[in-house]
Amino acid sequence: MTDRQSPVVLRLAGLTKRFGSVLANDAVELDLRRGEILALLGENGAGKTTLMNMLFGHYLPDAGHVEIIGPDGRLAPLPAGHPEAALRAGIGMVHQHFTLAYNLSALDNIVLGAEPLLAWRRDRQAARAKIDAIMARSGLTVALDAPVSQLSVGERQRVEILKALYREARILVLDEPTAVLTPQEADSLFETVGRMAADGLSVIFISHKLREVLAFSHRIEVLRHGRNVGGMATADADETRIARLMVGAETATDPRPPMAPGAPVLELRGVSVAGPDARRSLTGATLEVRAHEIVGIAGVSGNGQSALAALLSGLAEPESGEMRLADAPVARFTPAAFVAAGVGRIPEDRHHEGVVPDMSVAENLVIEALGDPEVSRLGFLRRGAIRARTAEACAEFDVRGPGPYAPVRLLSGGNMQKLILARVFGRAPRLILANQPTRGLDLGAAHAVARRLLEARARGAGVVLISEDLDEILSLADRIVVMHDGGMREAASRDRAAIGLMMAGQAAA
Amino acid sequence: MMEILDILANPNFWSASIRIATPLIFGVLGALLCERAGVLNLGIEGIFVAGAMAGWMAVWLGLGLWGGIAVAALTGAGFGLIHAILTVPLGLSQHVSGLGVTLLATSLSYFTYRTALPDVSTPPRIVPFRALDIPLLSDIPFLGPALFQQTALSWLALAAVALVWWVLARTPLGLAIRAVGDNPDAVDAQGLSVYGLRIGAVMAGSALMAIGGSFLTMAAFDAFFFGMVNGRGWICIALVIFASWRPWKALAGALLFGAFDAFQVRLQTEYGNAVPGQIFLMAPYILSIIALVVAARRADYPRALLTPWFKGQR
Repeated sequence: MTDRQSPVVLRLAGLTKRFGSVLANDAVELDLRRGEILALLGENGAGKTTLMNMLFGHYLPDAGHVEIIGPDGRLAPLPAGHPEAALRAGIGMVHQHFTLAYNLSALDNIVLGAEPLLAWRRDRQAARAKIDAIMARSGLTVALDAPVSQLSVGERQRVEILKALYREARILVLDEPTAVLTPQEADSLFETVGRMAADGLSVIFISHKLREVLAFSHRIEVLRHGRNVGGMATADADETRIARLMVGAETATDPRPPMAPGAPVLELRGVSVAGPDARRSLTGATLEVRAHEIVGIAGVSGNGQSALAALLSGLAEPESGEMRLADAPVARFTPAAFVAAGVGRIPEDRHHEGVVPDMSVAENLVIEALGDPEVSRLGFLRRGAIRARTAEACAEFDVRGPGPYAPVRLLSGGNMQKLILARVFGRAPRLILANQPTRGLDLGAAHAVARRLLEARARGAGVVLISEDLDEILSLADRIVVMHDGGMREAASRDRAAIGLMMAGQAAA
Repeated sequence: MMEILDILANPNFWSASIRIATPLIFGVLGALLCERAGVLNLGIEGIFVAGAMAGWMAVWLGLGLWGGIAVAALTGAGFGLIHAILTVPLGLSQHVSGLGVTLLATSLSYFTYRTALPDVSTPPRIVPFRALDIPLLSDIPFLGPALFQQTALSWLALAAVALVWWVLARTPLGLAIRAVGDNPDAVDAQGLSVYGLRIGAVMAGSALMAIGGSFLTMAAFDAFFFGMVNGRGWICIALVIFASWRPWKALAGALLFGAFDAFQVRLQTEYGNAVPGQIFLMAPYILSIIALVVAARRADYPRALLTPWFKGQR
């Protein structure tokens, strides 16, 4: 617990940022004390990352300023818009998308920019000694000489944190630090961060995982629509209260009514799919999905999920093994054949694989149904019928945007996903592949996706739910299968720790 | 077969290889520097022409040989600045801008030459760089004439290889250039200027290219002709890939190409009656393509090559 008397080391005063007509941050206030771990919570689009980018000088605020404690112990304004000024003032930032040069070693990435540019040689010995000392003190160890491209995601994140510590950061900002980590890696990260906070480091971490926020932070600050909506000591917080602050209304997770599974809609028997490497291929996968059933595929991304998704979309052909859809062996592995066989796909990357961004909402909605006589006749699109269908689907699925003829790229992520749901569910598919269906969505849109998946299950569809969010899988899936290194194993229990171990490739406990 | 051995046993073949390779060494180093920072510079062909013209013109106007080299380098850096402004802060297509710079630099050079010398029918000559005699080394039988009778520019090219290698591999500046060609966000997040690094690298690289061009008018020949660059710039773009963006490999690639070229000239005189001369002229290019096909399969392009980066857009 932080001492209330610890000095304030960072103050954000009235920070405001506008992107076109969107007010991303509206007079946000924030205080951070020495040795404090502050969790910054909010839905996607609440303005958390924008706020941190202003703090670090990537964005210029439209109003307001940042004050940071100086060597004299007094708060002084930080010049806006200069990352190097923020670095000099002791702010270290670990971005959600790592900012590492993959062709350089970990050591070179850490040292980059920390020494005067114009020198005839670099003092790698001194740098190595300093990094070794930091690693010993913080417990963050990485192989310093290997190129970053060869490091695991967890190691890359440690390099990012070491970069900040090497610059003697006294304030560390972590933007969604656990998004790519296994539960064990995440726990060990927070253990380290907690230890460093006890030594006087102040930490702001952005997250939308309530569990880790409650477990590891000292204080919580919630943003909604770019404004402060509330802060509290973590000791006084509970999930319902935070969720209410984040979305502005109480949301209950939908109950998953028990349901007897029906006939198999998808069977994989020893299916192998070749990929560029072991982590992107499928080896001897066996899976059965029945009607009225949601099967959750858990695992850290890059363990064969993309190969599985490609297989179930008709984009990849198995090298060996058998695949059956609705009890009939699959012969033709083409996306069109799969759509015709009743497979509905919610792709992982909705911007690139889900929609054609420059085409209209209406066109994107009917793009998989061009053979349907309601959509086209004699090779001509029936505009009236398409317009009616679009209006109906947008109303039913709550797709909000500038209108049916506006290009899809103008929709927000949540509305884009709802449009894809409308397209998929409009064809009443028997098997649904939902690949990271709620990634990047705010709570409201994520609930809508979950509700639709449960509806499809009640209607008699089988659902394959690939997700990195274990909480989502635990709340939605009837059965859980864990992927590691291209292999699939069914989890015997719904215990988080056991599943986490399987995700890391260890035998199930 | 005997003829081929005769060619290889003649020290003139080896010294010609180095002479042909010298402008390529400068060019490939320049292209390498630009690309390591993430900018493809297709202006190279035109910058060769501009360097050849400007360097020669400066000497002809009485600035002296080294003054000519300096003028050529500055001219190259100037065209590099145009390319850099278009592609780095403005983020235009590097291909289009580069080809535009080639057209501009080539035409401007011809235009300047014609405007300065409207009535000349035979190109005026200057006194070019002479081969240097190095005490002792130049007198070694075979090796002396083969390797140690080159102009100062060939030695400068070798020094440039060592310098570029040292800067890239051993200095903080080189580290930043390698990083900005891989991930500009990494450089920005560490408080360095992406624009500054890229513009600087493109200007320095273009200056090297122009020095390569000036070798043609100030050492290989003693006058400026239209069409004298003749695709050497494009060869350098290919050699960078062959060299996988490494300075010493770039040197090896340029020397290899120089040797092919020197070899085909001599084969032509041996077999020119039996085989059409064009076959020999083609040979170095065909061999370059084959070498590229082999090397480029494993090519490890700088990740951010061709990708514009804009401040404040993350």
